[in-house]
Amino acid sequence: MNFRRAESTDERLALEIKGVSKQYGRFPALKDVSLQAKDKEFLALLGPSGSGKTTLLRVLAGLEEPDAGEVRFGGEDFLALPVRLRKVGMVFQHYALFRHMTVAQNIAFGLTVRRRSEKPSKSEIGDRVADLLSLVQLEGLEKRFPSQLSGGQRQRVALARALAIEPKMLLLDEPFGALDAQVRRELRRWLRELHDKAGVTTVFVTHDQEEALDLADRVAILKDGQLIQLGTPNEVYEHPATPFVFDFLGAACRMPGVVDGSRLLVADWESEAPKGAPQGPVDVFFRPDEVAFAPLDGAGLAAEVRGVTQRGPDVRIDCLIEGQTVELQAHGPTLPPGVATGLPVRIKPLRPQVYAAG
Amino acid sequence: MTDFVASPPVIRPGGTVRPRPRRWKEHSILPGFGLSLGVTLIYLGLIVLLPLGVLAMRPWEIGLDGIVRTLTDARVAAALKITFGISFLAALTNGPLGLLIAWTLTRYEFPGRRIMDALVDLPFALPTAVAGIALTTLYAPTGPLGALAAKIGIKTAYSPLGIFIALVFIGLPFVVRSIQPVLQDLDRGVEEAAQTLGATDLQRIAYVVIPALGPAILSGISLAFARAVGEYGSVIFIAGNMPMKTEIAPLLIVIKLEQYDYAGAAAIGVAMVAISFGALIGMNILQMALARRGRT
Repeated sequence: MNFRRAESTDERLALEIKGVSKQYGRFPALKDVSLQAKDKEFLALLGPSGSGKTTLLRVLAGLEEPDAGEVRFGGEDFLALPVRLRKVGMVFQHYALFRHMTVAQNIAFGLTVRRRSEKPSKSEIGDRVADLLSLVQLEGLEKRFPSQLSGGQRQRVALARALAIEPKMLLLDEPFGALDAQVRRELRRWLRELHDKAGVTTVFVTHDQEEALDLADRVAILKDGQLIQLGTPNEVYEHPATPFVFDFLGAACRMPGVVDGSRLLVADWESEAPKGAPQGPVDVFFRPDEVAFAPLDGAGLAAEVRGVTQRGPDVRIDCLIEGQTVELQAHGPTLPPGVATGLPVRIKPLRPQVYAAG
Repeated sequence: MTDFVASPPVIRPGGTVRPRPRRWKEHSILPGFGLSLGVTLIYLGLIVLLPLGVLAMRPWEIGLDGIVRTLTDARVAAALKITFGISFLAALTNGPLGLLIAWTLTRYEFPGRRIMDALVDLPFALPTAVAGIALTTLYAPTGPLGALAAKIGIKTAYSPLGIFIALVFIGLPFVVRSIQPVLQDLDRGVEEAAQTLGATDLQRIAYVVIPALGPAILSGISLAFARAVGEYGSVIFIAGNMPMKTEIAPLLIVIKLEQYDYAGAAAIGVAMVAISFGALIGMNILQMALARRGRT
């Protein structure tokens, strides 16, 4: 295999994006986005549709020109380079395979279009295609046409085609978007292994938080063209910077509250306010599975259990808190003690996040 | 889609396995096959086959050697050669030109694009005689372009070049209109993929765009060719109609009709139909082969 061996992730910066803005007519797609990726890092751009994540990826590839800002890769001014000289391997959402070419021809494309002086010989190209086919586990399919492949196979051909040019950076646009859940999970693991093996800085776009948290070294969360938070999956999940991030990264319960000094008051439950919490009226967020069911006389939010539903390994507990129906989650199969339909309980959020009321 | 599907083998009482005969029609889930096929057959028969059949009956009045004599007549042979040869050249010329026009109209946004788009259809809409008169006025030795060409020693009107110009004119819309919708629907992602892989603009067009457009280009060319072969109105004005040099086969048919040589006219007609049909089938086969690549 001709891939550079992956050493431990280098601290050296590979990709630097500074103040990139892009406007489509009057619609701002990117607003002053700055972020960096380290060499060989696996970076996820996560956001809902319309958040600008795909636009940012296309700016990196050179398929869109930003109105303002700077993109550098390995210190080199990337914006000055046309698409074809950037040597980025891009995998498109719908794979964009050349349908009139066989799998082998598709993978070899990036090599066959090289200038004569840089073009590998026929046999070298053949070897490289064979290497890549085995890397993406598609040996024996080189003579097939894309239309004769399944979605997952096409995806891997697209990946092999992108890797064939030994890209400086791999860009993936919703790489699993068109696949069913089972194939998705399998390919996800495999993609991470492939990344580690190939040792290429990878940026991938997704709207699936689970995918981003599972796969990436760091996650950049975008909303309305702005970068909201950048951090490791753990950081962003444990300390979401805004209510939006909290909400976007998983199920959320929301209660109004007040921070007074170091105390947090939510309805009749008083606890210590988290560090750095803003003073005054706040919104309190917690995950529906990060709660403790406290004894009736203990501390916690007074609630009434409205319904209990078994959902595979989990139990969904619908509670009425302060006139608001909240769906909580507990790990089954047995119910937490004292929980049954119609009974009053007290609920203690274990790790509430507090944001100034907006 | 699959007309021929092997059915599971039937096990005979004797124990030998014999393949079940292939059914020629897989039952479609879509209702109305019988009715729609029936209407199609009747309509095609009535509109296309019946007149052609009558045409094929007609020449036999003069006997086989009469037909052979008519078709081997030097003037007829020359006319057929001129008609098919120049039609083919004109259709081929329209291929790349039509591609370029379709490309310009679909890929770029510029003022007047819609008007240009409408202009493409004009050769369709114009009575062909009007086109012929217009072209002749322009290209005649006294006309503005004809005089210019004459200065550098090129004879435009009243020469094979004149026929060629007329046939290019009437064939252009077929090519443009065949390519345009396909080009419009072409996945931009595929071209972008080629770019990210390092293809230059020319490589992208040569290896990605044109192969995808191949069937459409070919279909446009064959339509333009078919139209050119039958073209009469616009050509007779500009051609000069000199026997052996610039006389087209359709004109010769009219001449024979005027001489009450119906059988002779029909003989030329049958020959034209046969050649056209052969050429169109050939192009269709090529087109299918192109379209099938990677689409099974």
